Amino acid sequence: MLVTNRNILDQELQVLIDKCGSDRTALMPALQAVQRKYGFVTDFAMQKIADVLGIHPVEVHGVVSFYSFLSEKPLGRFVIRLCQTISCDMAGKDRIASQLENELGIKFGETTTDKTFTLEWANCIGLCDQGPALLVNDILWTKVTPQRVLEIIEECRARLSPHAIQGQEEHLV
Amino acid sequence: MTDNINDSDRAPKAQRGQVIDKPDGVDAIGAQITITIDDNEIKVPMGTTILEAAKTAGIHIPTLCHHEDLCVAGVCRVCVVEVEGQRALQASCAYPITSPLNIKTHTPQVRRARRHVIDLLLSKHYGECYACFRNNNCELQSLAKEYGVDFFRFGHPEKPMFEKDHSSYSVVRDMNKCVLCRRCVRTCIDLQEVGVLEAANRSNETTIETFQDRPLGDVVCINCGQCINRCPTGALTANDPTDEVWAAIDDPKKHVTLQTAPSPRAGIGECFGLEPGTPMTFEMNTAVRQCGFDKVFDTNFTADLTIIEEGTELLLRLYKALVEKDETVALPQFTSCSPGWVKFIEHFYPEMLPNMSSAKSPQQMFGALIKTFYAEHHGIDPADIVSVALMPCSAKKFECNRPEMTDSGYKDVDYGLTTRELAKMISEAGIHLPDMPKGDFDAPFGEATGSGVIFGATGGVMEAALRTVIELVCGVKVEDLFEHANILPIRGFEGARMVELPIENVGPVPAVLQSLVPSWDWLKGATLKVGVCHGTANAKKVLDDIKAGGAFSECHFIEFMACPGGCLGGGGQPIPTTPEIRQARAKAIYAEDEAYGIRKSHENPVVWELYEKFLTDGPCGHISHKLLHTTYTARGKYL
Repeated sequence: MLVTNRNILDQELQVLIDKCGSDRTALMPALQAVQRKYGFVTDFAMQKIADVLGIHPVEVHGVVSFYSFLSEKPLGRFVIRLCQTISCDMAGKDRIASQLENELGIKFGETTTDKTFTLEWANCIGLCDQGPALLVNDILWTKVTPQRVLEIIEECRARLSPHAIQGQEEHLV
Repeated sequence: MTDNINDSDRAPKAQRGQVIDKPDGVDAIGAQITITIDDNEIKVPMGTTILEAAKTAGIHIPTLCHHEDLCVAGVCRVCVVEVEGQRALQASCAYPITSPLNIKTHTPQVRRARRHVIDLLLSKHYGECYACFRNNNCELQSLAKEYGVDFFRFGHPEKPMFEKDHSSYSVVRDMNKCVLCRRCVRTCIDLQEVGVLEAANRSNETTIETFQDRPLGDVVCINCGQCINRCPTGALTANDPTDEVWAAIDDPKKHVTLQTAPSPRAGIGECFGLEPGTPMTFEMNTAVRQCGFDKVFDTNFTADLTIIEEGTELLLRLYKALVEKDETVALPQFTSCSPGWVKFIEHFYPEMLPNMSSAKSPQQMFGALIKTFYAEHHGIDPADIVSVALMPCSAKKFECNRPEMTDSGYKDVDYGLTTRELAKMISEAGIHLPDMPKGDFDAPFGEATGSGVIFGATGGVMEAALRTVIELVCGVKVEDLFEHANILPIRGFEGARMVELPIENVGPVPAVLQSLVPSWDWLKGATLKVGVCHGTANAKKVLDDIKAGGAFSECHFIEFMACPGGCLGGGGQPIPTTPEIRQARAKAIYAEDEAYGIRKSHENPVVWELYEKFLTDGPCGHISHKLLHTTYTARGKYL
């Protein structure tokens, strides 16, 4: 039998629902799981989640568009979120921002054409004493200097190289 | 406060479940509490909101996001009041009274806050009032007037920021005028349970969006237009074809006919300052003739025809199921008059489409007849006929654009007008409707019965069908069973209801049906079970009940209407709408029914004349199947 990505998503959601329940309270865990595995929430995933939880797809869209860490568009393999709040701003986030933009050749809010990096602004991530701070996916970097920006990006690229030790394949549940 | 729930829980104290002590002097929910509003002492039941309490005391509090049909939102903050002992102002629509309060509704602080709220709303509202169809009927406009807005304190958009969404045949969305009150969201999700509109994004980027901000024509919108009726501004409007209709009227070659549904007559007076529930049927006939329409017909005529066609279809289905023991027959049969409901079942319950009656809605039956029968008998080229329908409904605009509604060889109904749009045309022609002399409908489709009129109210289609079934099958007069032929058990505004009618005796089969059914003996001793529901939220409940094998699955025939209250609460009716207004319109419709000489569809002589002259192979015959019946598309809810 032909198993499509949609069939796989169906099954994954079914396991998730058995764990979290099939009412609207399971919405956030489901969306986070999909975001974690696929990097974004597809339109089909939103409609499927709405269907199994007994809510409307547009409500799921409302939730996904509300939260910064959920996305409806495909993002890069590494999402770099630089804190733009006042402490990090005073600690010199502007220099970090231009270093990132120059190094990757994209502006904030954009994704590189090879779909490796996405630059985004983040609001306070709670590291005001150690600014400027940024997040690469869910890894925190503090007291970032322009020099360390290069190291961070190099490290990300190294993880994609053929010689890198591949991490375990991620599963939705 | 006491904290006795889950003491073993390791969660911090503030996050543990808490039990709130009962307020002093209150013994039970529903107990009376004495409050003071602006120095008036009144007693209200516990749980009443401040807004409701103020209303009973005769004190006006301005509102914007509040609507009687919808749940509390408390988002616009226009209704703030001062509550003694509270640091901040409180939104009165969302403040349930649980203890004796001292409330002030127009202190300087309150007045200033309201003025600021309105100024802030206006700073994002692209108010092109002269070019807006809600001019003079806009809640934001009246609030600005009430609070004496004389300049834009926080600025005012000079240019539109969003493009208008014209993709739907029925509803036009203009987000430049949206004030984010979320009435449309609550209408779409809570009242109708369709789920097309929801607030998306965050903070100052918040907008009301469809799924992934797709065009309204591409999503699961059923075009019921209830959001239009509840929008306080002009952000949601119906797709207005009046310019095209005027162009057709002004073209001397075109023969422009208007068919008028029963509900607009009960509502159009409201557009001319009359009380809700003032019937304007015959004044309207004169007015539309003066506007330049060549003929005015009565949609009630095809409502009678619908009863004959749909009733015959039901009897045939029952015959197949009960006598021929055909297991494949889909019962209960669903009515198909409401285009919003039709699109709802196509999207959300496509597996139940076999249950739908294949009969077209009265509007489309009329369209097919005008461009065939009428054109033939009056020697008019159907290509020159412009058939316009006056409907209380925005979904009818979508229905007349369905590709399958072209059985006459032309577009059966060219334009669907709403009540509001016809009122606009009438005033554009310089006519004050209430001053018009009375005028009759035109032949040959002017003859209608009271049964056609009550199609406008919830339960009306079923009552009309029962009147006919009782007489044709049981062979007794309806008046013998129900006083004045008013089948009261089926009336009312309850969301979903069921009526049982035992068939004790059967009469002879009428001549036209003899070719289809030999006798009624198989119905003797049976009990006819019928259901009625209005509003698609109730329709959803009934359909789920049928799927689960509940009480409604035993029904034989169920009437569904997409709009709360039936057509009289339709998306094309005058704005505003409240339960009281809908009740007043229903009263007008039932009064008109009583005033008719003929009150039963099968007694309409013109209907039988039509079967003799044109639909010669009888109800559900070949010609009527071609012209008066249709098919449905299983659309599904995935985009």
